[in-house]
Amino acid sequence: MEPLITHTGQAVALRRDDIDTDQIVPAEYCKRVVKSGYADALFARWRQEPDFVLNRPAHAGATVLLAGRNFGIGSSREHAVWALKDGGFVAVVASGFGDIFRRNAMNNGLIPVDQPVEVVQELMAEAERDPSFTLTVDLQQLRLVVGGRSWPFEAEQRARELLLQGLDTIELTMRRGELIEAYERRRPSWLPTVPVGSGSEHATGGAR
Amino acid sequence: MTTEAPATLAEKLWETHVVHRADGEPDLLYIDLHLTHEATSPQAFDGLRLTGRAVRRPELTLALEDHNVPTDSTVIEDPVSRLQIDTLRRNCETHGIELYQLGHRRQGIVHVVGPQLGLVQPGMAVVCGDSHTSTHGAFGALAFGIGTSDVEHVLATQCLAISRPRTMAVEFTGELPPGTGAKDLILALIAEIGANGGQGYVIEYRGAAVRALSMEARMTLCNMSIEAGARAGLVAPDETTFAYLKGRPHAPQGADWDAAVAHWRTLRTDDGAAFDRTVELDVSGLSPLVTWGTNPSQAVPLSGRVPAPASFTDPAERVAAERALQYMDLTPGTPLREVPIDVVFLGSCTNGRIEDLRVAAEVLRGRRVAGTTRLLVVPGSVQVREQAEQEGLDRVFLDAGAEWRLPGCSMCLGMNTDRLTGPQRSASTSNRNYEGRQGATARTHLVSPVVAAATAVAGRLSAPADLG
Repeated sequence: MEPLITHTGQAVALRRDDIDTDQIVPAEYCKRVVKSGYADALFARWRQEPDFVLNRPAHAGATVLLAGRNFGIGSSREHAVWALKDGGFVAVVASGFGDIFRRNAMNNGLIPVDQPVEVVQELMAEAERDPSFTLTVDLQQLRLVVGGRSWPFEAEQRARELLLQGLDTIELTMRRGELIEAYERRRPSWLPTVPVGSGSEHATGGAR
Repeated sequence: MTTEAPATLAEKLWETHVVHRADGEPDLLYIDLHLTHEATSPQAFDGLRLTGRAVRRPELTLALEDHNVPTDSTVIEDPVSRLQIDTLRRNCETHGIELYQLGHRRQGIVHVVGPQLGLVQPGMAVVCGDSHTSTHGAFGALAFGIGTSDVEHVLATQCLAISRPRTMAVEFTGELPPGTGAKDLILALIAEIGANGGQGYVIEYRGAAVRALSMEARMTLCNMSIEAGARAGLVAPDETTFAYLKGRPHAPQGADWDAAVAHWRTLRTDDGAAFDRTVELDVSGLSPLVTWGTNPSQAVPLSGRVPAPASFTDPAERVAAERALQYMDLTPGTPLREVPIDVVFLGSCTNGRIEDLRVAAEVLRGRRVAGTTRLLVVPGSVQVREQAEQEGLDRVFLDAGAEWRLPGCSMCLGMNTDRLTGPQRSASTSNRNYEGRQGATARTHLVSPVVAAATAVAGRLSAPADLG
């Protein structure tokens, strides 16, 4: 992944609380087996309303999504994060995130910026007044910056470092191979395994 | 252990899975069992292919076909769905992963099949690319949903680098009244703490009302922990757990069984252990609940009325209620019992187990589904379906005019061919009433299995007691 240190971009306000990942990407789009090309899936049902904020030409270039409380709850579908990225977004500023969404976002370089409701409200009002309203998400300093004002935000330290350096998290875990092997030797022997064929005595053979 | 500080069950489960811990890093956690399915795994396997990585422990992953399969046939007509299923089959073949595919006697919903086979045991760490993995916490296992990047991570390393969540105790006091069950219990909790009340927490469900629940009911309870926003839900294992597991295909046997049970008995929160948050809920006054809105926290007793947005003091909740009522096409003040229902869905990883089918069949026995209503009964697995047929429950459903279908996620999520059409309104035993969840403009009321069955008979939201 490309290193991500700081991002400055146009913000758009989506004034809704409790936006679940079914709204971000409806399930029918989760039939696909690819990881990109989900721009058409992003808020697909809401986009059918002509006046939906993301349909307005003035917001076409937005890269920072301002949303209400509790963003990205529900289904674990990472498609929601892929779609936001394919839709041009680099950060989401909201008051609270679903735990799985937050993790998926960091795994893909979409920055979840958790802010108090008052801050988000203030930013939303400005984005609605001026569609060219721009803000900066500084992952190095962990600050959200608008003109002379700024607010701190939190990010899991390791996930942040990985993004800053563009590192592969799986590679880092694989470097712990000896520790993993040592752990595996300590595991109780009764723990279950499901090798191929373990359910075959029950197979009907009618599978297509 | 006795010299150590008192610990919660969640902390014990966490600590026993730590492979590596260092300052400034998340813990590296070992995963005992990884469940996977067609919908969230293709891109993870692609990632392995692109990086030339192997699956570290293929025998610790089990794959199932559940999200995107039809429940009226074992033939997949839709080419896009077919490709997704074929992709899973190819990936499992390539990496040597056991797969119970459509038509196999062990096929079904991941969260129904895993426990049935005895694959989920107390003390284990279980993950799956599905948020309802919280189900498995019913066994006193640490179980949580992950995204596709983490699925790839687990396939490659059998580990996850993850920060320890906070702990919450939910103490259910009092005894569940007749006519109510685990579904009402969890809906009541979500209504109390909100759809984000559990965010960042692992919840441990405690109290006599939880002890009295069967394993299947505990699974229903833990299943919807995610609808409270929690990472996971847990119930400490006890005799009920051990009795459920004994003799299952993957349960320990002989001396292993004794060793396992001795260990499992230590898996409880120590006296004096501190939780980050504690919530108490008296369940003795509970009655069957039904959701009226578009998020699972928007629930009221079935005996109640559609609430007025003005009754919410929090402005955000008021706005959400207005929007929800508009979407649901409901008028404030309407008694819930007067809301007509087009389709009743009995099934899902929340309520698609044999006990759910039994209690629903009891309500339907000798009765008919209303002429204006369609009832789909979708067993959670082939094993559940066969068990139900042995007990003659299929006859009860068919005689009542219901559809007796094949296992799968079905109408829970609007992905496969089972969907509501247009503005149809459902009473559903599933877990999410989000906008468009069961169909693009569909309206969902979440209910328990007995309320679902009674609703199918009455043609409007009803409890068995209403049927006379």
